[in-house]
Amino acid sequence: MKLNRKDILSIEDLTKEEIELVLKTAESFKEVSERDIKKVPTLRGKTIINLFYEPSTRTRTSFEIAAKRMSADAINISASSSSVVKGETLKDTAKNLEAMNPDCIVLRHSFSGAPHILAGLVKCSVINAGDGCHEHPSQALLDMLTVKEKLGRIEGLKIAIIGDILHSRVARSNIYGFTKLGAEVRAAGLPTMMPCRIEQMGCRVFYNMEDAIKDSDVIMMLRIQLERQNAALFPTVREYSKLFGLDSKKLEMAKKDVIILHPGPINRGVEISSDVADGRSSLILDQVTNGVAVRMALFYLLLGREL
Amino acid sequence: MPDKRYVMDSKGLERALVRIAHEIIEKNKGIEDIVILGIPTRGVYLARRLNDILKTAEGFEIPVGSLDATLYRDDIGFKEEQPILKETNIPVSIDNKKVIIVDDVFFTGRTIRAAMNVIMDFGRPASIQLAVLVDRGHRELPIRPDYVGKNIPTSMQEDVKVHLVETDGVEEVLVEEK
Repeated sequence: MKLNRKDILSIEDLTKEEIELVLKTAESFKEVSERDIKKVPTLRGKTIINLFYEPSTRTRTSFEIAAKRMSADAINISASSSSVVKGETLKDTAKNLEAMNPDCIVLRHSFSGAPHILAGLVKCSVINAGDGCHEHPSQALLDMLTVKEKLGRIEGLKIAIIGDILHSRVARSNIYGFTKLGAEVRAAGLPTMMPCRIEQMGCRVFYNMEDAIKDSDVIMMLRIQLERQNAALFPTVREYSKLFGLDSKKLEMAKKDVIILHPGPINRGVEISSDVADGRSSLILDQVTNGVAVRMALFYLLLGREL
Repeated sequence: MPDKRYVMDSKGLERALVRIAHEIIEKNKGIEDIVILGIPTRGVYLARRLNDILKTAEGFEIPVGSLDATLYRDDIGFKEEQPILKETNIPVSIDNKKVIIVDDVFFTGRTIRAAMNVIMDFGRPASIQLAVLVDRGHRELPIRPDYVGKNIPTSMQEDVKVHLVETDGVEEVLVEEK
């Protein structure tokens, strides 16, 4: 089994076998991060550029740490401090970066499809670190790893994804991923938050949170993107929180051993209450730990091979 | 039908391990401070068996772990497919310990070179020794095993297969034409 591709642009592209290979490889990489010397020489001499057109703490740091633990050289570029502010296009930036011979570019961009465009422009590998409302494949992979690690399997589980599905690349990637691995995905939120024809992605739609979480094994809360609130998805944050926020009262309606995921950053008291976010069902920080392992696995599988 | 010859059966395999275990005791004057690390997959099972024999002889158990040297290999990127990672589990600090690497077949020496680098990144052992079930020759690095179950001269057109009950259901060592 191999990952015979140049880029990781979406979970939709990946086969079930490829996803399983990444997860299995990531499981082995977890141990490297627990060593005293958290570094292996595998990608010595490789150059990885993190090109971030949107703010990020977790994802950017995670990709950077993953690259460094594999001994690759990681360079971070954020749009706000680059020539983008002078008006350089993505294409020109890409071509200029390529002239410096990187082996991989990790791109986060606010436009859906930007990584696909970049992948067509450069010879090196491209990893999508989140593009607009499209996909965030490495996030879905780390979510799948966290669930698999905690519950021992993914097939047959019920996964409830709660929140603004329409604008969430995390939700989109997870719907594709968990469905491919045989789980039942339930999307729940206000009607304004549902993309049209979402059922065609293979998930069940709920407009009531209780019904969605009642017998679910995993509850994945999405961040309410307060910066998007001019989109008028709901009347007030307080009302949304009452209907679709996860607090200890709603948690009582779920299975006792349910696990809770959130891609971060969390809005405490909006989509998730503090006691739940910090409670024992929450795996939010395990997700972050697994993120490094998943990204190490992606670099390993993409870059070790001569292209 | 490719050419096959059997070079060890389960009895021979058992005897070789017993002898290696006693050589380990003799060379190290006991088994204090020894840590055994097997190279996955079959090296790990051989390491456990050596530990069982050592325990019977000396009356106590020593730490046994596994050591996957894949990430330290020198041929990463030279092959079409990335090698699958296996488990690394070093249960104790190896500082000032005598580390014995256990593998099934000793060939070019490159895996052992990688394994030694892994060990050096985990700590500073007092010494590193190497125990192998089969030494098939064709060294490419200046490394030689301290304990050998059987020397089997081979040609490059041949493959040495070690089959163990735990992984293959049978106990045998055979040489096959590729």
